[in-house]
Formats: sequence, structure tokens, C-alpha cells
Amino acid sequence: MKHLFSLLTGLVFGTGIAISGMMDPAKVLNFFDIVGTWDPSLMFVMGGALIVTFVGYRLVWRRSKPLFEQRFQVPTSTLIDTKLIGGSALFGIGWGIAGFCPGAAIPALGTGRWEVALFLIAVTAGFYVRRLLPAAPEKAAT
Amino acid sequence: METAFTPFASLGGGLLIGLGAVLLMLGLGRIFGATGILSGAVFVESRDEMTWRLSLILGMILAPGLIFAVTGAMPALTVPVSPAMIIVGGVIVGLGASLGSGCTSGHGVCGLSRLSLRSLVAVPTFMATATITVFLIRHVFGA
Repeated sequence: MKHLFSLLTGLVFGTGIAISGMMDPAKVLNFFDIVGTWDPSLMFVMGGALIVTFVGYRLVWRRSKPLFEQRFQVPTSTLIDTKLIGGSALFGIGWGIAGFCPGAAIPALGTGRWEVALFLIAVTAGFYVRRLLPAAPEKAAT
Repeated sequence: METAFTPFASLGGGLLIGLGAVLLMLGLGRIFGATGILSGAVFVESRDEMTWRLSLILGMILAPGLIFAVTGAMPALTVPVSPAMIIVGGVIVGLGASLGSGCTSGHGVCGLSRLSLRSLVAVPTFMATATITVFLIRHVFGA
């Protein structure tokens, strides 16, 4: 049941990504090109998603536990460090170069386009590079 | 290259993205962060931590097929950058998102709606660097 639920949840999310335009790098890069061929559509994606999660999360959290697990596992760290800021800055640079982000590229894999597979292999290589870096003391679990 | 302004499709897609995130919280009590989901499926810590992520990823990958079955067309996907830029961008995305513990879905959708302090810092940071990067590539270096 848990796995069927996960699969359907992924399908809902992925369908949203596909309809929204998030899986189209031309559209994503135009969203950032505010002095050029600007396309503000993606503001509506984030707006729509935030309306649902802002209300929906609070309704879900009235429950004592999720349907298929014993507890909610929500990050609690409030640490603002160079890892967070530097990592996020790097993420934005990569997003601006390639036009894909992970949440859009995973569903985009279903279009069968080789560029998406290439991007996800590169992302995984990036995860691996992170794991090769000297282990800085982990101040907070995230 | 111009792209069409699509406020209604984008809003509708955004509502579904939010619904997916809420469903994952309801069912498994987890935030829908694509970086954590992908890295947790690739770098396996335990079988239980891997399998729900694989189910989720499979569902996500099935989405364009569902769109095709219903509408008869795959979702638009135009790649205006070179393969080298996809590789370089992808490695930087993977490194940055894992260092910063999140991307557009984890920090953007899930973190902002939880009013997470870390996400309130992360999201303006990556939106700013993405905007600057696109500006430099398109208008300074003229690629």
C-alpha cells in the first residue's frame, strides 16, 4: 500500500511539473532572463504550489502520525551557515546554466529525451563529488 | 527564444505539485525534496529508505506518459543549451543542492510553506544566482 501510495503521489507531482512548464528548460531559463525574453509563468507555479502546501501541511499535521509511518520527519534545523548559503548559490548557478532542476528532471525523464538522462547523470556525479569532499563537522542534521 | 506566457497551465500545474507534496506528508510524513529523494535512492542507506523513493521516482517518470495518453502530445521540452552546459550545470546542481540540503522542491515548495528559516535564506540565494548566471551567459558573454 505504502509503495502504491508513493507511486501515485509521484504521478500527481510529476503531472503538475509537466503541466506547469517546469520541465521545459527554455521556459525556465526565460523566467530568469528578466531583461531579455522574460516569461513570468513560473511565478504562478510556485504560487499555486505554495497555496496548497501552506494550507495542506497544516491540515495534515493535525493528525498524530502519517498514514503509513509512525511519525512525521520534518527538518528542524535553523542553522544558517556557509554550507547552506554556498550550496544554494551553487545550485542556482547550475540551474541557470542547464535550465533543469532535479524535481523537474526526474519526471522529464519520462519524455525519453537523452538530454534529461545526461543531466540526471551529471547531478548524481555532483552528489558524489559532495561525498568526496573532506567531511566538515556536521553541526546539524538536515 | 521566446516562450508563451502560460499563467493558467502554470498555476494548475503548481496546484498539483503542491498536492503531491501534501500527499507525501500525509502518507509518509516526509517533505517532497527531489534532491533528497534522488540521492536517497542512489546512495542507499537501507532498503526501506530506498524503496519508497524508487516508487515515488517511478510515479514521477510515468507522468509524461499519462499526459501523452490523455492529450496525445508529450509536454513541451526544448533544450536551448549545449550538452556541455547540461553536464557542467548538472554537476554544479548536484553538488550545490546536496551542500545546501535542498533545491526548488525541498527548499522552495516545502520549506517556504513550512516557514523554515533555512529555506527562507536558501530560496532567495539560488533565485538570485540563477538570475545572475542567465544574465551573464545571455547578455554579457552572449551565448
